[in-house]
Amino acid sequence: MVPIAYYLILAAILFCIGIAAFLIKRNVITIFMSIELMLNAVNLTFVAFAHMWHQVSGQIFVFFVMVVAAAEAAVGLAIIIALFRARQTLNVDSVNLMKN
Amino acid sequence: MQLALFIIFGLLAVAGALNLLFQRHPINSALSLVVVMMSLAVLYWSLGAEFLAAAQVIVYAGAVMVLFVFVVMLLNAGEEERTHGSRVAYIAGIPGAVAIFGLLTYVFLRSKGGLGTTQIGGDLSNVSSNIRDISHMLFTSLLLPFEVTSILILIAILGAVVLARKEV
Repeated sequence: MVPIAYYLILAAILFCIGIAAFLIKRNVITIFMSIELMLNAVNLTFVAFAHMWHQVSGQIFVFFVMVVAAAEAAVGLAIIIALFRARQTLNVDSVNLMKN
Repeated sequence: MQLALFIIFGLLAVAGALNLLFQRHPINSALSLVVVMMSLAVLYWSLGAEFLAAAQVIVYAGAVMVLFVFVVMLLNAGEEERTHGSRVAYIAGIPGAVAIFGLLTYVFLRSKGGLGTTQIGGDLSNVSSNIRDISHMLFTSLLLPFEVTSILILIAILGAVVLARKEV
């Protein structure tokens, strides 16, 4: 018997670590990974609430989030490859063509 | 029993996430993200979502992370250099993240009683699996969104091929 609140707090911890990693990391692949971490944290919240309300809608939502995340990972990594081909770097600081 | 399961795999998930944050080499970050996803799969199972636990292992820990590791190795990504990023991110972002965490924790702990507690997943308490419910809903009332996601995947594959192709 675990309170649902603990699961939600765990999801909040993971989400905030994801935010911090998104802001601190300089490698574009790692930044992309922290987005996946945040998506996973939100999925945990959905599953916890689905368990709480005894409904499968939350789990189906998680299923759709997973599908969209897989599509997003494929396109995002292709963009990273194209970016690396154009600039020979993975550091986000040196990708500043549209700055100013 | 379930509390022990939750504590073990919750701590494992948090440790993996922190390791993702502190490692400087992207391959180490990717592998610690795999640890996070596997422990989240166990937590899904303990919440009675067997289908999602399996899908988490297959789709996330399997497909997506293999894609990440593949790209890290393809691009031969080394350790990231220590540059300081945008100052706004440090001044506003980190306190903002801490504030979000504090607010969420406060709200969840205040409404802890109303949120209730969990029973361990269907497999252990002899309740029928919810895979039947999920598939029934997915193939009757949510058939159109389901088919739309398959088109989305197809477009994503085509987009990935076009984007990653070498320009001639």
